[in-house]
Amino acid sequence: MGLPPGKALRAVLGETLVELADKDPRLVVVDGDVASSSGVESFETVHPERFLQMGIAEQNMLGVAAGLSTLGLIPVVSSFACFSVGRAFDSIRVLIAQPGLNVKITGGYSGLLTGMTGQTHQIFNDVAIMRTLAKVTVLAPADEVEARQAVRAMVATDGPFYMQVTREASPVLFGDDYRFEIGKAVRVREGPDVTLVSTGVQTTRVFEAAELLADGGVEATVLHVPTIKPLDVEAIVEAARASGFVVVVEEQSVLGGLGGAVAEALSDRYPVTIKRLGIQDTYGESGPNELLLEKYRLSAGALAEDVRSLLSRRRS
Amino acid sequence: MIEAEASTSQLEAVARRVRREIVMAIAHAKGGHLGGPLSATDILTALYFHVLNLRPEDPDWPDRDRFVLSKGHSSIALYAVLALRGYFPVGELATFDAIDSRLQGHPDMTALPGLDMSTGSLGLGFSAAVGIALGAKLSHRRFTTFVMVGDGECNEGIVWEGAHIARRYSLDNLVVIVDKNDLQQFCWHDPGSASRRAPYADAELRDQWAAFGWAVSDVNGHDMAAVIEALEAARAVEGRPAVVIAHTIKGKGVSFMEGNFRWHSRVPTDEELTTALAELAEPALQTAEA
Repeated sequence: MGLPPGKALRAVLGETLVELADKDPRLVVVDGDVASSSGVESFETVHPERFLQMGIAEQNMLGVAAGLSTLGLIPVVSSFACFSVGRAFDSIRVLIAQPGLNVKITGGYSGLLTGMTGQTHQIFNDVAIMRTLAKVTVLAPADEVEARQAVRAMVATDGPFYMQVTREASPVLFGDDYRFEIGKAVRVREGPDVTLVSTGVQTTRVFEAAELLADGGVEATVLHVPTIKPLDVEAIVEAARASGFVVVVEEQSVLGGLGGAVAEALSDRYPVTIKRLGIQDTYGESGPNELLLEKYRLSAGALAEDVRSLLSRRRS
Repeated sequence: MIEAEASTSQLEAVARRVRREIVMAIAHAKGGHLGGPLSATDILTALYFHVLNLRPEDPDWPDRDRFVLSKGHSSIALYAVLALRGYFPVGELATFDAIDSRLQGHPDMTALPGLDMSTGSLGLGFSAAVGIALGAKLSHRRFTTFVMVGDGECNEGIVWEGAHIARRYSLDNLVVIVDKNDLQQFCWHDPGSASRRAPYADAELRDQWAAFGWAVSDVNGHDMAAVIEALEAARAVEGRPAVVIAHTIKGKGVSFMEGNFRWHSRVPTDEELTTALAELAEPALQTAEA
């Protein structure tokens, strides 16, 4: 039972950037003094001349990245989601998003599992914020297979990007034959009883929750949405049709993130009951990962219980 | 040196024309900023008509010097200079701030050719200019990046974040001009004075940039020959970035606007416009009228 273990996405980020930089002299890494955590330390080792240390000053880091991009360089910004989005929002809005510059912003340590930091380093609305910026593509890959391809696609595609990158090792969802495509959602499971929509590494926990539900006779469709913007509205409408009951699950606030995006899309195209599971309107805290996932109802077990309960309330 | 003097007087005439275009554009648009654009005018004229290596007919020429107007609210001054330099028709200045215009209230690089960065949120343009200079070093390109900030803009923390990085990477291909007009939008109350207190006392700003390891110089920002000399000297600095602190007067050239913070973004009445244009007329014309 359960998915096989895999790498942390931050490790995949670093490995993939090193590979890409071997062939592409335009690629540079712009770091906010977190490379030893964000996964890009190896980039400094292999390509020291293209590793730009901006120190602990995120607003300027994003501004420098904008300037670099005007010369045809492709800057990948290495920071934590709480800083790259939270601290540097105005630099992103004015210097990167509005002019549509070719800057790749990563949000490391995304979500709840930030390594015992507590609420200051846990940002639950980075997706909600970034998806409201016109011209920005927002990615949240689920596993190492998808993350590797997503990093490559992001670097190969002109324009501003934001990509969530997680800290902890996470399971492998996809086989080697999987092909990631920007803007495409993918069904990873089929079932008529409920449609579970998720994104990022949380999809792996949702997939495992669906397996637990199946043990109790509930067959779920699971739609994975690795590109939150532009949203694959057609795939979401089709998945909603599969059961007529949609539950969105994300390791983000229930306000404005994927849940918000799905609710907006379906209210336009296919009005149906939507429940949003994730971090409620609150802040996080320190703690071991397993206990955090249990407390904030994001573990496979907690999700299976909560979806079962939503289904029974719906029937009664 | 007669030729140089002639050149300087020509530039001064251009600057007067720029000021007239600024005042007319703001009156026409019934909005925008005046004080800052007028304080920056002589420096912008010196840059675009003498200092910068550029090709107006080919605004994206890869080897051009870069210029970022980080104090983006002075956009109309830059637009007037660009128009007079041949980037676009002078008549287009009448579209400033109009709907669908390429001349946005703050510079939009996606709308108008010749802008090296979109700016307006203070401090950010400076940061992007640090990135451009850093990228030029990485790519072994030899152009110089000039960026203008206001003294009020130096309130922004990002300016000092960027100043640290520019020094750390020894960006001697970066020249910052501080348009030190000693006012910002509202400033600080100055007890016993009808005026407002300047954001930075005379030596204060110089000391701050020096403390960050920059090569610092001062210039009268309305002395055309001195401005050119200071900018060329700053460009020639090796091993570290250079800042030119240009001492200017907010609203320069129009007597009733000079040094008055209320003219940061006031729109002149018809009568005020007439007076301003008379004060900004060519000396020969002023004499003829007198």
